[in-house]
Amino acid sequence: MSEHTLDARNILCPLPVIRTQDAIADLAPGDVLHVSCTDPGAINDIPTWCRINGHEVINIDQDGREIRISVKVGATE
Amino acid sequence: MSQRKAVALISGGLDSLLAARVIMEQGIHVEGINFFTGFCVEGHTHAIRNQDQAKPKRNNALWVAEQLGIKLHIVDIIEEYKDVVINPKHGYGANLNPCLDCKVFMVGKAREWIEQHGFDFIITGEVVGQRPKSQRADTMPVVAHESGAEDLLLRPLCAKNLPETLPEREGWVDRDRLYDFSGRSRKPQMALARQFGFEDYAQPAGGCCFLTDKQYSTKLADLWQARGERRYELDDIMLLKVGRHVRPRPNFKLIIGRDEGENNFLEGYRKQFTHLRSTSHKGPLVLLDGEAGEDDLELAARLLGRFSQGRDAPEIEVEINRGGATSTRRVKPLPPDEIRQDWYL
Repeated sequence: MSEHTLDARNILCPLPVIRTQDAIADLAPGDVLHVSCTDPGAINDIPTWCRINGHEVINIDQDGREIRISVKVGATE
Repeated sequence: MSQRKAVALISGGLDSLLAARVIMEQGIHVEGINFFTGFCVEGHTHAIRNQDQAKPKRNNALWVAEQLGIKLHIVDIIEEYKDVVINPKHGYGANLNPCLDCKVFMVGKAREWIEQHGFDFIITGEVVGQRPKSQRADTMPVVAHESGAEDLLLRPLCAKNLPETLPEREGWVDRDRLYDFSGRSRKPQMALARQFGFEDYAQPAGGCCFLTDKQYSTKLADLWQARGERRYELDDIMLLKVGRHVRPRPNFKLIIGRDEGENNFLEGYRKQFTHLRSTSHKGPLVLLDGEAGEDDLELAARLLGRFSQGRDAPEIEVEINRGGATSTRRVKPLPPDEIRQDWYL
């Protein structure tokens, strides 16, 4: 298992979702991806994308305008 | 026999939701594909304006996929899509919407996708006669042919009005359990949605693309004219969605934030533009797009004054940042009768 980061700040949905999707395509099941974003829409969109594609959101933090979403890669990708 | 697989073009609207569900009912494995062009109404503006903060911030394509219980693949086609917008073979609709070329392009991308992923056919929520350009009896075969999808393209909601496709001929799909919807009425779709138990689905009046919007198209045409060429970058088309766009002179325009949300969004772009803000009164962040001389900066500062809380003050102070260098000037806000209506894009 390894941890990775993705900077998806200052782009608007669905781009943070697309960047997350593309990053996860290169990761292994069990890996964790920490996504930083600033579009509040990502708080809903990234978890929805994770639910329908078999990944798990393990944490969401918000500090001012910045949102950090941690995703554990599922086995189905 | 292994389970057949179809990819459904999912826009986030009702028709694609129903089309996918109709095929899932027949035991086909369906996954969704959604193309991001940069012009999608979806998602982009919902987070920007203060007045939109209370609206649900949901991506409708993702919502549809979750309702259906299918995977959704979102594909970034921003770069490739430029040629569709700039050089549409079949021309534009009422505005700068290249709907027929767009559909050909998207179905063509879906055809490439099914080849790469081992899927059998493509489904869309198209209905004969629903859209004035892209969904007509005479243009539907154009989409199937020019995309290269041919008879791998199945439109479940109006299939009975169209020639049989491969999935029907091969018996993967039962044609009798497809539909014969046509025309612009939404009643058959709404009835089918009720039958499936779908509620709260999105029904955007102008579709899901900014290019169908008259005001947006006017701003894009203005951008092309000002630059002397028909091209754009993603940042350009994002900025056309935000703020008040005012072109007082041919050589420059101003993008004026309308509220705190838009000002915050424009902040992210200020390093790329000459920008102005009032230091004496609350007001917008203003980006200046173009080449401006001293006289132009004076006019820009006075226009800013008009949209600031100092609009009735005899003078306001404006800070101008050009290429990292900051200067300050005091100006009289422009009175309303000196702002021509045709400056507004």
